[in-house]
Amino acid sequence: MTLSLESLQTRRVDRSKPLLEVDDLTMRYKIKAGEVSAVEDVGFTIHQGEAVGLVGESGCGKTSTALALLRLLPANAEYVSGEIRLNGDDLLRLNEDEMRERRWRDIAMVFQGAMNSWNPVYRVGDQIREVLDTHYRGQLSFEEQTRHIETLFSAVGLPAAMVDRYPHEFSGGMRQRAVIAMALACSPELIIADEPTTALDVIVQDQILKELKRIQAEMGMSILYISHDIAVIAEVTDSLGVMYAGKLVEYGPTSEVFARPRHPYAYLLLRSTPSITGPRRKLAPLSGEPPDLLNPPTGCRFHPRCPFATERCVVEEPPFEEISPGHRVACWNYEDVPELDMELVR
Amino acid sequence: MTAPAPAPVQTKPLLEVRGLRKLFPISRGLFRAPTDFVHAVDGIDFEIAPGESLGLVGESGCGKSTTGRMLVKLLEATEGTIQFNDGDYERDVANVSRSEIKEFRSRVQMIFQDPYESMNPRRTVFDTVSEPLAVQGVGTVPEREERVLELLGLVGLAPPENFLFRYPHELSGGQRQRIAIARALVMNPRFVVADEPTSMLDVSIRISIMELMTELGSRLGVSYLYITHDLAVARYMCDRIAVMYLGKMVEIGPTEEILANPRHPYTRALLSAVPIPDPSVKRTPVEIKGGISKAINPAPECRFIERCPFVADVCRENPHPEMFQVGERHYAACYRINEI
Repeated sequence: MTLSLESLQTRRVDRSKPLLEVDDLTMRYKIKAGEVSAVEDVGFTIHQGEAVGLVGESGCGKTSTALALLRLLPANAEYVSGEIRLNGDDLLRLNEDEMRERRWRDIAMVFQGAMNSWNPVYRVGDQIREVLDTHYRGQLSFEEQTRHIETLFSAVGLPAAMVDRYPHEFSGGMRQRAVIAMALACSPELIIADEPTTALDVIVQDQILKELKRIQAEMGMSILYISHDIAVIAEVTDSLGVMYAGKLVEYGPTSEVFARPRHPYAYLLLRSTPSITGPRRKLAPLSGEPPDLLNPPTGCRFHPRCPFATERCVVEEPPFEEISPGHRVACWNYEDVPELDMELVR
Repeated sequence: MTAPAPAPVQTKPLLEVRGLRKLFPISRGLFRAPTDFVHAVDGIDFEIAPGESLGLVGESGCGKSTTGRMLVKLLEATEGTIQFNDGDYERDVANVSRSEIKEFRSRVQMIFQDPYESMNPRRTVFDTVSEPLAVQGVGTVPEREERVLELLGLVGLAPPENFLFRYPHELSGGQRQRIAIARALVMNPRFVVADEPTSMLDVSIRISIMELMTELGSRLGVSYLYITHDLAVARYMCDRIAVMYLGKMVEIGPTEEILANPRHPYTRALLSAVPIPDPSVKRTPVEIKGGISKAINPAPECRFIERCPFVADVCRENPHPEMFQVGERHYAACYRINEI
């Protein structure tokens, strides 16, 4: 692999080429009470230069999916089936050393809450240096490393002088910028960003998301955003997947899914999201509670809460069917889901 | 116990806040008197009418939670008055003495942000919801049980009997927040401070909690101070919105008016930073730069001066602006209101 750390690598992007292909990924957690079906038959493709979002509520399996892609699952997790191909290589077939080499270099992750996990007694720059030490052992002098980290800092909008500062000297937004700088350290092809702006105020969130978008375009990276915030996903992604109870229930181009969600859960999720623009529409609450994944419901996992459910949904699991190019839905009755034309409140 | 009475007709505002301040000293050593103060809330005025819901919005550290806590007397104000008028009960919250606090607390309640931390894990739902009744010495135990059942039904936990003797760990986040609402309403308060009551909840559950609070508010005649950082949520919960920045109130007005016609540069920036759940809508870019700082011994000029894109000589030469009327019940604290 060539090292061009002087400036950050810019890749040529061919948007039709798949970068990461996930097929039928199934993953369970073993706990005392049994097996938790956390990720079930999840499949999607991230193309070069594409920003993809995974949305869903707490416990729907979005973070588990992200961790599974990097093989960073806890010890009680078990891959049951599936393939995760990065540029054609199945990551699940690599041994631990090979996988360790891929992390940060090919796929980097911005963990949820990472901005609060900086070690308080080390300089931020030195903590990023560790990544370079691991992946470019002996190839870079100390000064070269410093220059590279300064380049990374300026790429994320931090002053170069901050390299020598300690985490407590950074504000929340700056700490998150530094986390992103670390993720960029080895110019990965894919960044997985798990709730990258959740703890931040809106104005800082707006700055960070803009920065990520710009870097992604300039460096030719792909990003997988994991978020519960539908509005954020609407703004930053090209495609999105909606997860419910460990299943991917809808996947398609962001503009298409938002204009006309076809899965009842995606539809209700959009109808329950308040917005500050447009007419004040009546919000639709979702009845019931998310299912217990130790004993997931039979048939379609959403059927107990679904207003469109029929008898078939209780017994038979719907296929993840392509309804238009690149737009897939797992629902028997997707044709019954009305348009998002919401009536106005009073 | 009888059903809650409808709110009596009252022309006076339920709450009148004048010149409210809260300074927190920064300790510089054991034997030195503090010379530095965080001006968490620095002279704010507002009113809340009976049955009205006022949203207090702003970024972390703007003083919105401190304000809420002063209104329910969980914090003492440094300066200013909070006049609370509930029918014949008229008090300045600052002067409510220790012996009177019980009665005050039966009229004013609070709902906290985190339903996982605001409940004692060793006490059942009945213990938690009936505690205010026990503290106030209201009713016998069977009467309290009846009242708790009534409240659980009201907050949508059905059937209520099934929840009475459960512990918090047996409940989901949404159910716990319903319990917190039941606890806040059990004494028929006139005024409830809700500090980010839905921010820990998932979207689908959030809507039902929002609807529940609005519906119970109008049914029981409760006024809310609704503290939130989420303007989209405030739009659905509040009649009016007040925007705070570093301890100052910079704009206040009817909700739809604030959203459609924001006048203060900070409000504009805040609104333009909110992501829109519609990919076909392109937002206007945010105008301000930098991040929020801390209000430690702030300069007398406008608090927003460093980040304001419209700053002019008038802003540098004068103290922090007063609130100017810019529309019907709509006020903003900016000298350049008519030029921008």
